[in-house]
Parts: sequence; C-alpha cells; structure tokens
Amino acid sequence: NMNQFLLGSRVFASRSFSSAAKEMTVRDALNSALDEEMSADPKVFIMGEEVGEYQGAYKITKGLLDKYGPERVLDTPITEAGFAGIGVGAAYHGLKPIIEFMTFNFSMQAIDHIINSAAKSNYMSAGQISVPIVFRGPNGAAAGVGAQHSQCYAAWYGACPGLKVLAPYSSEDARGLLKSAIRDPDPVVFLENELLYGESFPVSAECFDSSFSLPIGKAKASSCFLSLFLGKDVTITAFSKMVGYALKAAEILAKEGITAEVINLRSIRPLDRPTINASVRKTNRLVTVEEGFPQHGVGAEICASVVEESFEYLDAPVERISGADVPMPYAANLERMAVPQIEDIVRAAKRACYRAAKSVPMAAAA
Amino acid sequence: MATSFFTAKVLPLNSTRSADKPLLGQVLLPSSFLGPSAHKLSLNNAFSLQSQRRSNAVVAVSDVVKDNKSKSKSSISNLLITKEEGLELYEDMVLGRAFEDMCAQMYYRGKMFGFVHLYNGQEAVSTGFIKLLKKEDSVVSTYRDHVHALSKGVPARQVMSELFGKTTGCCRGQGGSMHMFSKEHNVLGGFAFIGEGIPVATGAAFTSKYRREVLKEADCDHVTLAFFGDGTCNNGQFYECLNMAALWKLPIIFVVENNLWAIGMSHLRSTSDPEIWKKGPAFGMPGVHVDGMDVLKVREVANEAVGRARRGEGPTLVECETYRFRGHSLADPDELRDPAEKNHYATRDPITALKKYMFENNLVNEAELKAIDKKIDELVEESVEFADASPVPARNQLLENVFADPRGFGIGPDGRYRCEDPKFTEGTAQV
Repeated sequence: NMNQFLLGSRVFASRSFSSAAKEMTVRDALNSALDEEMSADPKVFIMGEEVGEYQGAYKITKGLLDKYGPERVLDTPITEAGFAGIGVGAAYHGLKPIIEFMTFNFSMQAIDHIINSAAKSNYMSAGQISVPIVFRGPNGAAAGVGAQHSQCYAAWYGACPGLKVLAPYSSEDARGLLKSAIRDPDPVVFLENELLYGESFPVSAECFDSSFSLPIGKAKASSCFLSLFLGKDVTITAFSKMVGYALKAAEILAKEGITAEVINLRSIRPLDRPTINASVRKTNRLVTVEEGFPQHGVGAEICASVVEESFEYLDAPVERISGADVPMPYAANLERMAVPQIEDIVRAAKRACYRAAKSVPMAAAA
Repeated sequence: MATSFFTAKVLPLNSTRSADKPLLGQVLLPSSFLGPSAHKLSLNNAFSLQSQRRSNAVVAVSDVVKDNKSKSKSSISNLLITKEEGLELYEDMVLGRAFEDMCAQMYYRGKMFGFVHLYNGQEAVSTGFIKLLKKEDSVVSTYRDHVHALSKGVPARQVMSELFGKTTGCCRGQGGSMHMFSKEHNVLGGFAFIGEGIPVATGAAFTSKYRREVLKEADCDHVTLAFFGDGTCNNGQFYECLNMAALWKLPIIFVVENNLWAIGMSHLRSTSDPEIWKKGPAFGMPGVHVDGMDVLKVREVANEAVGRARRGEGPTLVECETYRFRGHSLADPDELRDPAEKNHYATRDPITALKKYMFENNLVNEAELKAIDKKIDELVEESVEFADASPVPARNQLLENVFADPRGFGIGPDGRYRCEDPKFTEGTAQV
C-alpha cells in the first residue's frame, strides 16, 4: 500500500512540478503499443476508417501504414457492421484484428457483431472458437460534438458476458492495457477518450519496455499527494477522463480536511470489486463518478456491489455522479451542465461526509 | 423469376464484370415482368406465371446434361458425374433429408425445443456446394444450418446431441440448433441474425488472403462459403460485404438460397428487384442464377465459383432457386404459402431428380440406392439413441467457455482471480 501511495503521490508531484521523469501523451502511448504489438506478432492487423493514409482520424495510428503496409493497416469503406464482422471472422481463424471505430457511437452500427458474433462465440461453440479481437476508439463526450457523437458506452458493453471492457486514463494505463488487450484471447472493448489523447502524463521506466502490460480486471487506487496515508474519508471511483477530475477534486477536498481515495477503475468488465469494497470498508463512504447516462450506469453497478458486499461498512448513502439524463446538448454552457465537473464531485464527497447541506436536486438527477 | 437454362453456359474466367459477357443478363426475360406491377400480382398469379418457366426447367435437366460435353469432368462420357460422385451426392442429400425428418419427429416428442429450422427441399444446394470443399475450407450459415454442418462432415450424432441439448453435442449443448460450430470441420456458425454470418464469412475469406500475402503461407487457397436466404439480400450487411469482398478480391462465394419466403414474407413483396443474382455485377463480381433443386447444376456452378476463388480471382454471387418443403421453423403454421406452389416444388424434389438421372444414365441400380437409404436410416436412428443416452451438461458447465481466458471473470473477494478458486464453477451462479 505504501507503494501505491508513493506512486499516487509521484503522479501528483510530477504534475505539479517540473521533474526529470519521462512524460508521454496518451496518443503516443497508444501508437507505441500498437506499433510494438504489430511488430511482435504478424497476425495483428488494424482495420478501420482512415487508419491508413489519413494516419488515423485522431492520429493514433500515425506512421503504421508506412511501417507495416496496406495489408496490415486497412482503410475500410464506411461499413461498420461489415468490417467489424470481417474482423470477427478473421479472429475465428486465429488472426488478431484491432478494429477501430472512429468513435464508439459508430459502434452501434456494428453492435450485433461485437455482442453476438464476438462476445458470445466462445460460449456458443463451447470453447472451440475464441475471438481474440480488440474494438477500440474514442468513447464519451468530446467538446461540442452534439448528441450523436457524445455517448458513453461503458455501461452497455460492461453488461455483456463474454466481453472484456477497458477504460484507460493515463498514458501508462493506455499503453499497458492496450497491450494486454491485443494479447488477450477474448474480445476486448477498449474505450479511449478523445480529450485525453493530447494529455501528457509521467510514465515509469518499465512502461517503455515492449513487454510492459497491465492486468485486466485490476483497478488502481491512488490518493492526493497531501494526505499522508491513503485516503481514509471517502472513496471516489472513476474511469477515463473522470479520473483526472476526481484527482483534482481530491486535492480540493484535502485542503478542507477530507482525504479521498480515488480508484481508477481501468477495467469496467471485469469490475475490480475487491479493490472497491476494500476501499469502502476503510473509508465507509462512496462516491461514484462517470460521464455516461445515470440509469443502469457503471455507478449503479458499483453501488449495488458495495451494498451487497459491504453494507454494514457504509456510513452514508452512496453518491452517484453521472452525466445528465439528456442527450448531449450542443451549446457550450449546456454541455458543461450535462457532464460532471470537479465541483460536482467535491460537493458529492462533502455530502457523503455530512459536511454539506442536504443536496439540491440537480439536472443530473432523473 | 429467371429461368435456369443458361447454367449450361460457361462462366468466363477472365472477366469479373458480367456486363462484358453475353451471359446471364441478355438471355433473361425483360425485367418489366418483375417490375412494379409484380406487387399487384396475387401470389397465385405470380406463381402460375413462373410455373410455366419452371416446368421448362424441369424438362431441361436431361437436355442440359446431354448438351454439356465441354464442362464434364469425366470427358469419356458426356455425364456430369461418375458413379462414385453420384453415390456420394445421393448419400449426402438423403442424410440431410432423413436427419431433418427425424428432427421434426423429435421436436414433436419434446426431445428438441426452442427454434428449429429445417432444410427439407434445399439439400441440393448444401450437397452441391459443400461436397466440393476441402476440410480447411470454411462454411458459414444461418439458423438453418443442420444440413450444412452435416455436409461439411460434422458427425450426425454430434449434431443430434447438440439439438437435444446434451453435453456430447458439437458445442456441448451450449449452442443449439441455430449455432452449430465446429473448429475441426471449419463450420463457423450457425447465426440467428440474418446477414450476421456474411461479414464473418468475409472475414474468414480475408484470413485466407492474409495468410497468403502477409504470413507468406503460399499454398493457402482456402475458400469460404456464406449461405443465406432471400430475406437477407435486403439487409445492409449483405451489400457491405459484396462491396468489400469484390474490392479486396476475397476468396468467398455468396450462396443465396432463394426459397422465395422469409417466414411469411414473400420475396416478391419485400424486394424491389427480386433478381438477386443481378446484385453481383453491380459490385463487380459475377452473379449467377442456378436451379437449386438440381444438384448437378448447382455442382457445376459451384465448381466454377470455387475454382475462381481458389485462383484468387475474387468472389462470386450465386443465387440458387430452391424451396423449403416445411415451414420456416417447426413453430410456423405455414399458412401463407399456396398449396399449389408447394406441390409444384414437391415434384422437383432434388433427391428424386438425382435418382432419376442416375437410373437414366445407368450409373446405379435400385439395390445400391436402397442400401444407402438403409444405411442412412440406421445412422440417424443411432444418432438419436446416442443423443438420448448422453448426459445433460453438468452444473459447472454453465460458467465454462465464456472466455478463452477465464480471468475475465475478475477477482474474487479473496483477492485472487475467481477462476483460480477450485469451487468457482462448482454449482452456484454467483459470479
């Protein structure tokens, strides 16, 4: 646990002060992971819209076409159902496709293949045919892209048996988890975040090693630099971009004497229930944060899990922060209201610690 | 519907564009017959108009055979098949028919349950195509997949066990009627959603090409067959894959089993241009229409198409005009189809037609065919006995095979991966 504290604090130290620690953007982390895995295994190939000559819609696959050629970096026509299914068929025969969706909103056109022919096939065939495929792309809200480009799919895919669903936050997460996903023999839905692509994070030395990987199914607990021990007042769970918000909220809370333990879920499915429950048993209070819609969301599942396993340890009702229960509006001020902000997390944590007035129903509540 | 006599013509090997060939299109009736007024035709009218054409086709079987000297494999005679091939085809079709009939019996006795879709009447398509394949070639089908699996080589007892939901089934009872998978025989499903198998088949074909070009397995010429129906041809995924298969010249054959009906929806009522083979040339691949009730014609066309694919010349769309003698599924009361239509197709039973051909050409005698009939009956009976005697899956099978890497079930309360706990699958569904 001391290690985790140190790692967590090092994250903060490096972010707050200039240091000699190496930094890497999420984009570079993903690009390097793809590059190394393609180099190591010729069965790995990438398929998607604009992944080749355009260098990737968000430049994640930059340089790969030149390096590996058009047979391994395939630009497809605009046919999500078609190329997702082609990826599945190739995976049936032992190739390792990485299917890029320009955003996960477009995955809805291919969702039949993700669920029915990828996730369920190992089961339906009784283990004869496994599907070592990765579906990756940006997920969740970006900036001003409107209702049809902003949905978060973590809850939908997280509900399906047979899938593994990952949501990295930092560059280290992105690199380690993508490598694990590509090596995994099962279908993995890899939910990135467009706004994090350009963000730079410090990374450890071993992260640069080509065999580096992070285990699927393990969350990462960290805390604000200012707390001496790991957070002991409230647990805040988050994934993807919300982890950054939660960490900032933890800083603000620390100044008011509330130490928060932030759990970066990393893996939506399987969910690391032991880590979450162990943390709640220590802090006795829980705030879940996600960007997606509130009903049947990831926070709902975490709340249910904690109530089932750690009910006696809860000192306060579970607080659930999620996106607003509306399609994402376009206007900038409305969009800001429709997505959780740092102050929402701070307020919720205070409520959970009984340090604030009773909550005012927000637009986020159903 | 288009007639079948042009199957005597050779598919040109050097052109992928049907428009260049004086092949299929020009010989057909003008499509105004099947134009807008088709919607107003009652089923009876449409059927009787087509029946005139079809009766020509039935008579044409022998004529086609006699005319067809150049295409024959056995060039000594002008026959399309040798005796051994004939017996193989006959046995496969009889197996398909006997198996499906037994499925119906077992369903009504409660041994089989859920959705069961039978293939009676369409055997010529499965046999005609699949008997030309090697073990490494792949077959992808829909929910009407029992006979495709049998033709590909999956043992009848394994298919029957699967249908009974027993652990000795080809998918250990976890797939069922609509999800036949066999890695050994390269049967890649069995899909309930129509159109879903087409991209998967295209991916399997993509793998052939990838193995040849990227992994440098020079002799990898495996082809993939995708079987689907007329209803599927209105689905988006079909067109997406026609495009990509032609674009990347994948070794796939799209086999349309046009039995005119999608549950109770007539093909003519649901399709703006019912001539499905035409959709091939629109995407840059040959589109062929063949009489799917005649196994020899199907086999001819299949041979051509598979050869094309193996040589790397790309995909083919083959529309087989066929018919299902039973309803869509065993739960379908089948009230919308005209009995006259059903009777007409019953006279074109593919097994009877093959029998007739073989007798007329003195390839076999009665006794040999009877021996095969008996052998198949015994095989099917034995498969039922085997399935009956097999055990149902054990409780712990519920949680097995969800993942290839069962650490996907996550970490248990004791901090270890759940799958490492020996009691993990022991009997509770608590995950």
